[in-house]
Amino acid sequence: MSKAFVAGTGMTAFGTFPDRRGRDMFAEAGLAALDDAGLEPEDIDEVFYGNFVGTLAENQGHQGPLASEALGTTAPSRRVESACASSGLAVRDAVRAVRSGESDVVVAGGMERMSNMGTAGATDGLARAADDLFEIRSGVTFPAAYALMTRAYFDEFGGDREDLAHIAVKNHDNALVNDHAHLQEEITVDDVLESPEIAAPLGLYDACPISDGAAALVLLSPSYAKEHGLDAGVAITGSGHGGDTMALQDRQSLATAPATRDAAEAAYDDAGIGPNDVGLVEVHDCFTIAEVLALEGLGLYSYGEAIGAARRGETCRDGALPVNLSGGLKAKGHPVGATGAAQVAAVRNLLNGTHARADAVDDDVTVGVAHNAGGTVASAAVHVLEVEE
Amino acid sequence: MTDAQNGGYDEFLDALEAGEGYYYACSNGHALVPPRRVCPHCGDRDLEQTELPETGEIRTHTTVTVPTPQFEDDAPYVTAIATFGQVKLTGIVRDIDPVDVEIGQEVTVTVEPSETTDERTIAFYAHS
Ligand SMILES: [Zn+2]
Repeated sequence: MSKAFVAGTGMTAFGTFPDRRGRDMFAEAGLAALDDAGLEPEDIDEVFYGNFVGTLAENQGHQGPLASEALGTTAPSRRVESACASSGLAVRDAVRAVRSGESDVVVAGGMERMSNMGTAGATDGLARAADDLFEIRSGVTFPAAYALMTRAYFDEFGGDREDLAHIAVKNHDNALVNDHAHLQEEITVDDVLESPEIAAPLGLYDACPISDGAAALVLLSPSYAKEHGLDAGVAITGSGHGGDTMALQDRQSLATAPATRDAAEAAYDDAGIGPNDVGLVEVHDCFTIAEVLALEGLGLYSYGEAIGAARRGETCRDGALPVNLSGGLKAKGHPVGATGAAQVAAVRNLLNGTHARADAVDDDVTVGVAHNAGGTVASAAVHVLEVEE
Repeated sequence: MTDAQNGGYDEFLDALEAGEGYYYACSNGHALVPPRRVCPHCGDRDLEQTELPETGEIRTHTTVTVPTPQFEDDAPYVTAIATFGQVKLTGIVRDIDPVDVEIGQEVTVTVEPSETTDERTIAFYAHS
């Protein structure tokens, strides 16, 4: 299939900004992406905008038009909602719009504002990524759902909290130079193990923070890039989307992520690559266990093998496969609707050398992958990015 | 929200509460909690109402210390997924110290109001 060039990326800092409206955060990220691409608002054909709890957090439905206005245009726009995978799927829809030939210049991105809801309000909002009848009514919070998977993983494959703690330590360490990161703070394995329990066996430091922020990408068709002499350097060459049952109780395995596997196989096929070609990856580590499930689902590790990867140093900066060089959701932050686009932005900037952690990327790395998950991975979006000669 | 009807699910809770729990089995061996019109695993519409076994086994569990507002007064509480024959249910394990909950533990199931909102919730009781 044809590719979509990533011509520009933009991000707000991720953090706690309860007083900023979402439209302003998306304007900051989107205008930065346009500037990076060297394009004007009038060049935009379509906007795909990810957002999860905006109807609760900002009392605002129908956010698509506001996203376009924030970019200085009234170009057609829609909100894509798939919980934490909202903007990963916005990117996927944008790629499809470019590939179909209908649009040449597309903005894909997302925004979330949650800190204004307080911890209880945000916990309530995030829980809605689970099944209302089968899960929320039985007390399942978002951390609880991942805790249920964690305990099932330990039981099926082994591993312990200390293995998971190494993932948190690694991702915090990666974020130390990332000025857009929510948490720029070195932590130790003991800090993680001694952090207050939120949903046993997960503690506070196993969890990503509740973040506000926005991210945006400008995608171009190859013909438009050529016609306008825009040398984008990096392109999305593969895109995949996997699905699963909403509730954990309807799944055969509680310790794997089949939707990630399906999305990855589709994206690798699409790009004509295999897992062995992948040189760096940004995965959806909303909780430490989620990084493990992602690496195994992506085929980068066999089932049961990724739990010790960070502890062995393999996924650290100087390891064989650096994972979440941006700091991941764990330290960079997780403004839910912005996360998927921010991951693709990070992979693009790591590949073209403009990311703060680009020095950790070996010269021969030309393929990166972004993995975004919704709920307990009932939705998964995977994108393959490649350096274009 | 407390008075809202949840077609099919309320009848299921009524049955559980009366000790007459059931689930749906499709022709291809998939087991489902109501409400369902079709099996999401295989598309089969021939769902047979099947008696829920009296005891189940805890498959995984967590102790929630940071709840949603709907469970504010219940926390800390244990939520578990338990297997009853072919089907899995998610519920709250009552009357137990969280450190005593184990994978593989035998449980029975009923329906009880939550402490915070009085909303009906699936409740498990451990039998060791
Ligand atoms: Zn079936």
